[in-house]
Formats: sequence, structure tokens, C-alpha cells
Amino acid sequence: MLTYLIRRLLISIPLLLGILCLSFLMLKLAPGEPGVIQQDLQARATGAQRETLRQLYGLDKPIYVQFGRWLWRVIRLDFGRSYSPDGRAALDKIAERIPITLGLNVLELLIIFSVAVPLGILSATRQYSAFDKSMTLFVFVGFATPDFWLALLMMILFGVQLGWLPMSGLRSLNFEYLDFWAQVWDILSHLLLPVLVASFGGLAYLSRLMRGSLLEVVRQDYIRTARAKGLPEGDVIYKHAVRNAVIPVVTLLGMMLPGLLGGSVFIETVFAIPGMGQLFVQSAFSRDEPVLMALIVIGASLSLLGNILADVSYGLVDPRIRVSGREAR
Amino acid sequence: MSGFRRVKGTGQILEEGIPSTGRPALRRGFFWRQFRRNQLAVCGGAVVLVMTVAALLASVLAPYDPGAYDVTQILMPPGPAHWLGTDQIGRDVLSRMLFGARISMAVGFVSVGIAVVVGTLFGTVAAYYGGRVDEVLMRFVDLMLNFPRLFLLLTLIALLRPSIWVIMAVIGLTGWMGLARLVRGEILSLKEREFVLSARALGARDPRIMFRHILPNALVPVLVSATLGVAGAILAESGLSFLGLGVQPPTPSWGNILIEGKANIEIAWWLSVFPGLAILLTVLAYNLLGEGLRDALDPRLRQ
Repeated sequence: MLTYLIRRLLISIPLLLGILCLSFLMLKLAPGEPGVIQQDLQARATGAQRETLRQLYGLDKPIYVQFGRWLWRVIRLDFGRSYSPDGRAALDKIAERIPITLGLNVLELLIIFSVAVPLGILSATRQYSAFDKSMTLFVFVGFATPDFWLALLMMILFGVQLGWLPMSGLRSLNFEYLDFWAQVWDILSHLLLPVLVASFGGLAYLSRLMRGSLLEVVRQDYIRTARAKGLPEGDVIYKHAVRNAVIPVVTLLGMMLPGLLGGSVFIETVFAIPGMGQLFVQSAFSRDEPVLMALIVIGASLSLLGNILADVSYGLVDPRIRVSGREAR
Repeated sequence: MSGFRRVKGTGQILEEGIPSTGRPALRRGFFWRQFRRNQLAVCGGAVVLVMTVAALLASVLAPYDPGAYDVTQILMPPGPAHWLGTDQIGRDVLSRMLFGARISMAVGFVSVGIAVVVGTLFGTVAAYYGGRVDEVLMRFVDLMLNFPRLFLLLTLIALLRPSIWVIMAVIGLTGWMGLARLVRGEILSLKEREFVLSARALGARDPRIMFRHILPNALVPVLVSATLGVAGAILAESGLSFLGLGVQPPTPSWGNILIEGKANIEIAWWLSVFPGLAILLTVLAYNLLGEGLRDALDPRLRQ
């Protein structure tokens, strides 16, 4: 298992390098340069001052030198300073937001997995029933619902009309003055809507996969054997079929991470949650390149890590993968 | 003749041997019958048709000028004068949504067109040449798939400045990877077939074999995937516009009407509900149509 993990990590190094390379190319091939944007705000800046700034940011060097320098800094996790007025290190700005976004995403994955798998099992074991058909409808609607719109609808229903749940932020203004359990409830009530909304699309997707996977497994010979030897249907499904059917679903759970990270852009913007997604939108507006680059590199690395984790967990639950060793894709 | 044959009198369809392209007329009849049986797909097709016509005729159908504001009619709820209400500077929401449909359709078609061209090219070349070319191209696809797509979209748009052309290009250029994998798989199974060998034996060059002989046989999954891709592109455009990084006001788009919906969420529910409903319906319709096409055109892919 350890060798498998190490090999998997080694395979991802060139991928990570590629991610860095592509990110840098994107940054450099874009027209205009950030220094100029900065001077737009200070119309009185002279040519000499502009030149000083260009030198300060190393923008006067050839592109490969810039890439080399950038890469060397990125390897040491130094993404430079934000162009925004606060001028803080890009990494610091992001670091304080990662736990929030990652926490949200883990919560979402947990909810998606623990709800989608039972739903998938139910609709597969009752194929073509009214439940299965309504699930199919739910899946199609789930695919087509923009999560930012769902968020607005939920805000109108639970925030405006019913007034049950707060509509934005992570804490209430009087958070400091609440006792411990009230604080816990305060955070939970702020998280409820965003997490539910963000889980909706993934829920539809994963329950569909679980259904398909189980239907496939049920057709296998060993299931027929299990039935033929007189096992109760419940045992056949839950002890034999589900265990095998859940394996591909686990892998896909890891592959959903890029989508969820992307989705957090909407969720965090709509619900005003100070996470990576919100920072991304703010930086995109102000064209804050150091922060954008750091975010995209970190986001892609997190996705890569998610894929590795999924592959490793795949290896854990399915011994065949470990033995054959070939990368499962 | 191999392929599908109608048995006289019964209207039944028999499959003889390996299904090949067969005669187009028969294939078309078969396709229609298969497609019509799927009521959801027919509904989807109908909605797509209605939406497209509404978008094309927006200037005729719209009861008001989408940009005309009326300060006496600010944030009016839906009523006889304004069926879907008005926004915060008194513009008619229905008219704006009709013109927004144009944006959605245009972005959907153009960006999917770009994705189809790029994805097909990548997939075909990778599968046809195999070996190191395949390895390099597919690693690149893996690489692109590792970026959270929305992060990639936002970065590119931030660097290039939002305009409708940039949005089309960027959505297309970040959405071709699935297609490349799909086409590659198709071509891999096709390139060892006899008709390719015979074309090669006759001295046809690589591009001719790739694009004239192999690719046409792989077009069905591409068509299906493109239909589903339109849905994805419409979602992506509305999302970007909702974030303020897509189609820029005053040009109406379903996404940027929702911005006003969010700003006025406590008083004007109609600004949030209707544009989102339009997105949902359109995306749903394209998805149903795509699935229906897949079932009718390529029974192998049926779930």
C-alpha cells in the first residue's frame, strides 16, 4: 500500500509542474500588465516611477527568468504581495480562508455521500417504481438548477419569508456575547443554508451514479449465486452488492472536489462567507494577480490531492487495484 | 444489406448482424420512432425550439424596450402591465429576459462550437497517432481537468476583461476536455476496423483517413455531448454574469438580472425567481434532449 501511495504521489509531480506552468503562461499571455493598472489609479506617476515599479516587480526581465523566479518562490510557498491596498502577502490572505472553504467542502462531501448512497440504493432496488421515477426527475432538476439561484430561493424562503435562518456571513453581530451553545447554534444556523445548497447538485449526481453502479453489480454472477443459495434479499443487497457498488462512487467523490471548490465561488459570494471562493471573485475584480495565481495553484493542488486520496481509498477498498498497480482512471 | 430492416406489416424492427450506417432513409425513420417514444426528450426538444424562436424574435415579442426605464414603475410586482414585474429602475423584466435568451443561446452555441472543434481535434489526433503523442495530449487533458473549472474561468476573464466574445471563448476553451476523452475512446475502437485498413491500403494520407473516414463514424456521441454541452455553457454564462464577471450591464442576461434580484431580495422576489426559472428550464430541456438523442441514436450508450 505504501509503495502504491508513493508511486501515486510521484506521478502527480509532473502534473503539479504542469499546473504551475500553465498558470504562469495564463498570467503572462494576458494583455496589459498589472503595473499599468496600478498607475491608472495614480495618474500623476511619471515614466521613471513606472519603470521603478516594473523593476520592483521584476516585470522588465525576460519571461523565462520571470518564470524561474516565480517557480522558485512558489516552491517556497511565497506568492508575493497582494496588489490590493492592504499589500499583505497573498499566502496569508488565502491561508486564513482555506479552513473555511475546506471545512464547507468536507461538510458537503459528507452530506452528499451519506444521503446520495442510500437514495441510490433505494431507487436501484425499486427500479421503475414511483420513487425511482421521482428520483430520476429530481436528478434532472438537480443537474439543471444553478446553485446561486437555489441559494437566492432558499434565502427568500427561509430568510425573508419565514425568517428562520440568517442569510449571510458565518456569525451574528452579537456572537461575542452569546454563551457557548448559543455560539455553536449560531454557526450551525449560518452554515445550514450554504451547505444544503452546495450539496444539492452533487447529491443528484452521486445518487444517480450509485443507482447505476448498483444496478450493474446486481446483474453479476456472484449476486445470482448469493440469491441461488437462498440468502435473504436484504443480505444479498447490503452485504454483497452494495459493498462492491460503492467502490466506483468513492472514487468519484474525490473527483468531485474541483467542482465543489469551484461551486464555493458562488456559495461564498451569495452568502457572504469569507472563504477562498469569495476572495477569488474579489481578486478577479481587482485583477490582483499574486492572489489569483496563488488561489489557482492552491485550488488545483487541492484537486490533485483529492484525486490522490480518492485513488488511495479506492486501493484500500479494492485489493485488485493495489495488485495490478496501474493507475485507475 | 445489413443494418436495420422493417418487417413488413408488423412495424417491428429487426437488427441484422452488426449495425452499420445502412441507408440514410431507413436510419432516419428508425431514429424518429425511437426518439418519439421518449416523451421527456420530445418535451425537451419542444422547449429548446420555443426558447430559440423566442430568442430570435425577441425584438418582436418583447412588450417593452429592454433598456427603457420608467421611474414611475419601479419594482412593480408581476401584473397585467408588466407580466413578470419590473426592476429597480422600472425596466420590464419579461422584455429583458427575452433579450437575455439571445445571449444565453449565442454563448451556448458558440462556446460549444469551440469546445467541439478543440476537443475533437485533440481526441482524434491523440487516438490516431497513439504512443507518445497520445500520452502528451492526454496528460494535458488531465492537467486541465485538475483546475477547478470556475477558478480557471474567473482567472482568464479577470486577465482578459469580460466581454461577450471573451466569455464565449473562455467557456469553450475550458470545456473541451470531456469531449476529447470521448472522441479518443471512439476513435481508438474505430481505427483498427477494416475500412480504415482499406483506406490506408489505397494510399490515403493520415488527415484524410482521420477526418473523412474515421471521424464521421464518431459523430453521434459528439452530437449528444454537444447538446449536453450547450446546457453546461448556458449555466456557466449565467453564473459568470451573476458574479458580475460575465455579460456586462446594461446588456441584459439571465445571470445579471439575478444580480438585481439579490440586491432587492427582501422586497422583489420576482427579480430572482423568473430569470432563474428560465435558466433551469432551458438547461433541463437541453439535457433531456441530449439524453433522448443518445438513446435514439446510439443504443449502446443507453443506461
